Amino acid sequence: MPYLGSEDVVKELKKALCNPHIQADRLRYRNVIQRVIRMSKLDQWGQAEVLNFLLRYQPRSEEELFDILNLLDSFLKSGSPGVVMGATKLFLILAKKFPHVQTDVLVRVKGPLLAACSSESRELCFVALCHVRQILHSLPGHFSSHYKKFFCSYSEPHYIKLQKVEVLCELVNDENVQQVLEELRGYCTDVSADFAQAAIFAIGSIARTYTDQCVQILTELLGLRQEHITTVVVQTFRDLVWLCPQCTEAVCQALPGCEENIQDSEGKQALIWLLGVHGERIPNAPYVLEDFVENVKSETFPAVKMELLTASLRLFLSRPAECQDMLGRLLYYCIEEEKDMAVRDRGLFYYRLLLVGIDEVKRILYSPKSDPTLGLLEDPAERPVNSWASDFNTLVPVYGKSRWATISKCQGAERCGPELPQTSSFAASGPLIPEENKERVQEVPDSGALMLVPNLQLTADYFEKTWLSLKVAHQQVLPWQGEFHPDTLQMALQVVNIQTIAMSRAGARPWKAYLSAQDDTGCLFLTELLLKPENSEMQISVKQNETRTETLNSFISVLETVIGTIEEIKS
Amino acid sequence: MISQFFILSSKGDPLIYKDFRGDSGGRDVAELFYRKLTGLPGDESPVVMHHEGRHFIHIRHSGLYLVVTTSENVSPFGLLELLSRLSTLLGDYCGSLGEGTISRNVALVYELLDEVLDYGYVQTTSTEMLRNFIQTEAVVSKPFSLFDLSSVGLFGAETQQSKVAPSSAASRPVLSSRSDQSQKNEVFLDVVERLSVLLASNGSLLKVDVQGEIRLKSFLPSGSEMRIGLTEEFCVGKSELRGYGPGIRVDEVSFHSSVNLDEFESHRILRLQPPQGELTVMRYQLSDDLPSPLPFRLFPSVQWDRGSGRLQVYLKLRCDLPLKSQALNVRLHLPLPRGVISLSQELSSPEQKAELAEGALRWDLPRVQGGSQLSGLFQMDVPRTPGPPSHGLSTSAPPLGLGPASLSFELPRHTCSGLQVRFLRLSFRPCGNANPHKWVRHLSHSDAYVIRI
Repeated sequence: MPYLGSEDVVKELKKALCNPHIQADRLRYRNVIQRVIRMSKLDQWGQAEVLNFLLRYQPRSEEELFDILNLLDSFLKSGSPGVVMGATKLFLILAKKFPHVQTDVLVRVKGPLLAACSSESRELCFVALCHVRQILHSLPGHFSSHYKKFFCSYSEPHYIKLQKVEVLCELVNDENVQQVLEELRGYCTDVSADFAQAAIFAIGSIARTYTDQCVQILTELLGLRQEHITTVVVQTFRDLVWLCPQCTEAVCQALPGCEENIQDSEGKQALIWLLGVHGERIPNAPYVLEDFVENVKSETFPAVKMELLTASLRLFLSRPAECQDMLGRLLYYCIEEEKDMAVRDRGLFYYRLLLVGIDEVKRILYSPKSDPTLGLLEDPAERPVNSWASDFNTLVPVYGKSRWATISKCQGAERCGPELPQTSSFAASGPLIPEENKERVQEVPDSGALMLVPNLQLTADYFEKTWLSLKVAHQQVLPWQGEFHPDTLQMALQVVNIQTIAMSRAGARPWKAYLSAQDDTGCLFLTELLLKPENSEMQISVKQNETRTETLNSFISVLETVIGTIEEIKS
Repeated sequence: MISQFFILSSKGDPLIYKDFRGDSGGRDVAELFYRKLTGLPGDESPVVMHHEGRHFIHIRHSGLYLVVTTSENVSPFGLLELLSRLSTLLGDYCGSLGEGTISRNVALVYELLDEVLDYGYVQTTSTEMLRNFIQTEAVVSKPFSLFDLSSVGLFGAETQQSKVAPSSAASRPVLSSRSDQSQKNEVFLDVVERLSVLLASNGSLLKVDVQGEIRLKSFLPSGSEMRIGLTEEFCVGKSELRGYGPGIRVDEVSFHSSVNLDEFESHRILRLQPPQGELTVMRYQLSDDLPSPLPFRLFPSVQWDRGSGRLQVYLKLRCDLPLKSQALNVRLHLPLPRGVISLSQELSSPEQKAELAEGALRWDLPRVQGGSQLSGLFQMDVPRTPGPPSHGLSTSAPPLGLGPASLSFELPRHTCSGLQVRFLRLSFRPCGNANPHKWVRHLSHSDAYVIRI
């Protein structure tokens, strides 16, 4: 037991947390908690521990909630960052039904966080920056007026500078965009190539909203004729043209001349793509491509050659006279002399396509030149505070969500046995869920500390026997609309470690599925999903082999969230 | 909670290793950590690293790595705070924190760790409580040397060059239980400010930021009450106004939990009963509105002949401090374009020194008097780089790589915000000792003073 200051405190806390009589009696429990909160003799470590314990406490009424918040208010002003952040997290979690209280708390913690971001201790600075980014995901305008604090300083280590650049990207708004862009422009000519490139990518992401200014800056950067700058600028232009077609004209005017300064694979691919897709607006596009074709024999990157093939064909469609000869030579080389099979195949494919006829080529190669809607999908939507409140003041924001998922998966995988080869009826058909949705689904299993064991191997027979022997523990109906792809559901359930024993084909009437899951204490959850013939609702029946209401509820909420997510993706 | 704690020297040699829970590996974890740290790609942060179910969190202090491992998802702020408190505590007990002092006091360090952490949980870090348990004495290496100089934050010394004791008196162990009556009771109070400034190439001020701390190092027996009086016109926040005149203002202020603020509202007096050792009494921040002018202004003039590659940089540095003040150890660091090998210089006074080091110009001015102007003319050859066609001598765009100039300096007896400690009074339970010595000093130094060319 951590040392919490004095005998009394320890006694009180022991009473609250270990004595089942007290826990059973709501009123006594509440009183003890109140007494614990009033203890003033705790040092900063004790305070942090108490705040951690209180995370488990559920206030009975709104009045009680605000009572507790008032009592703990002084912790928010403490001099110790651990206590301040612990109090913030507690407030955010306790007030999960009151978003205005959450916003208020985040306003009050702005001061201490900003102080930590400018702290002498680099490590504290870094951790604070990660938390700032976390907050900006929900409240993008929160730190906009303090953008100056996030300007990078010359002597800072690289990882802090990268975080600050990310923060600057995220807090841009109409008032500070001018200054932020000027600052970022200064970083683009930094001595360190990595940092300069990060700054340029940052300008690229701001360009989605403030296109004109950013394109102007990027064009100026091209004028410096520095290799590491030019390649990243061209890549940024390629991404930008796809998302913001209105800047295509400006980009096309800026491009001529930069082919001399690009040597790396990524940059060349980007340039060639731009020339192919928008070549009609770039006067010397065929000649630049011709240069590449002349040197294709010495080109080392197959990806560049692939891109070159597609771009030449595209340009041929719009400027046939200038490109015919070059295209011919390129195809000849790719089919006869190229050693990389993928390139050769593509060359052959294009050749045969050309033999079929120009209309067919146009039909196949016609593709949209831009897709502004992709920008909306890529930009992470503002997440509500509740989605990350429980991660605040833990190691999750420091690693980043994706890395944390990998880490916790590794830790989970260390515990389970060898995998069974998958049966043919459930052959995995590739990642049907795009990454970001998978992430959303992965956020689920934190509810109520329910840990589902991955790679559960339950045979169909065992499932059937157990299913028939148990009684239904919980039944629920969820509204549902229309068709969906069962493979998507299976994938989604796989992500949260729920195994699909059997699933009807898509379109079967009535549509049924049987799922199983096991938590780390060995409690089995068997589920039946039944989609009614009218497709209007989905019936969920859950059976549990040990009666434990809390874990059952957690499992239900996991299931609901997954099904809800599938609904969203579908619609 | 913590699984292991270890201290590594700057080269990775383990100095201290302690396992609290016995659940994660053995001593080789220290070597693992160092290898992982040195092998980390540049853009990943080393602060928190993960390996096989263990999280490694560390801080660097005085060249040492203080590392903690844990397998739980704990609060990073709490752990970092613990590490910095441990480093302060070790410094208090051993005199100063460094490779030498730790190696000499290994037994003391282990005893401390035993008392501070139990099975990975923090018991207490309060020096008051720890004194009752720690028996081992600190081993001090040699009698105080007046030439034992280190960083700016050294208590008591005016500057690094000061020959006045007590420049190293403050580095003796605070918490020795030797009841040496002849030892002076001393208390050191430092007001230290860090100044960050960013100036654009046209001279306009883009950003100014002051981070200040009032630090106390007390050798007095605990129980003595201390009153620190700050400037009466000291205001917090934008709306407050006290006294007549512009007043001395800071944006935010935070105090140590043991400071009594009863008299703060009325008379700006802080009361506390400091424990022995180091303590940060107050922290404050100020941005955007300095009452005094910036200490330095640089007027660069760059002439670059692209054709011949000749680059001429004329730097005029003006010090805007009050006439009686001075700045010490001023160093200007100016990155130069790639490929510059040699440099010719003309400096305005003999005690300055300029040299080319690691692709940058380093101009050292040991002492700059307030109100003075110093200049230096530097000529070098820049190798031809591909670029737009040359037009002959042009003063328009400086060559790529002629980076922002950064200044580092110390301003003794000067605070940028204007905050001063008016008095430091001790009400002292007399134990027959002579009057305690009180050393108060104010100091500002640059954190990141950047001037764009």
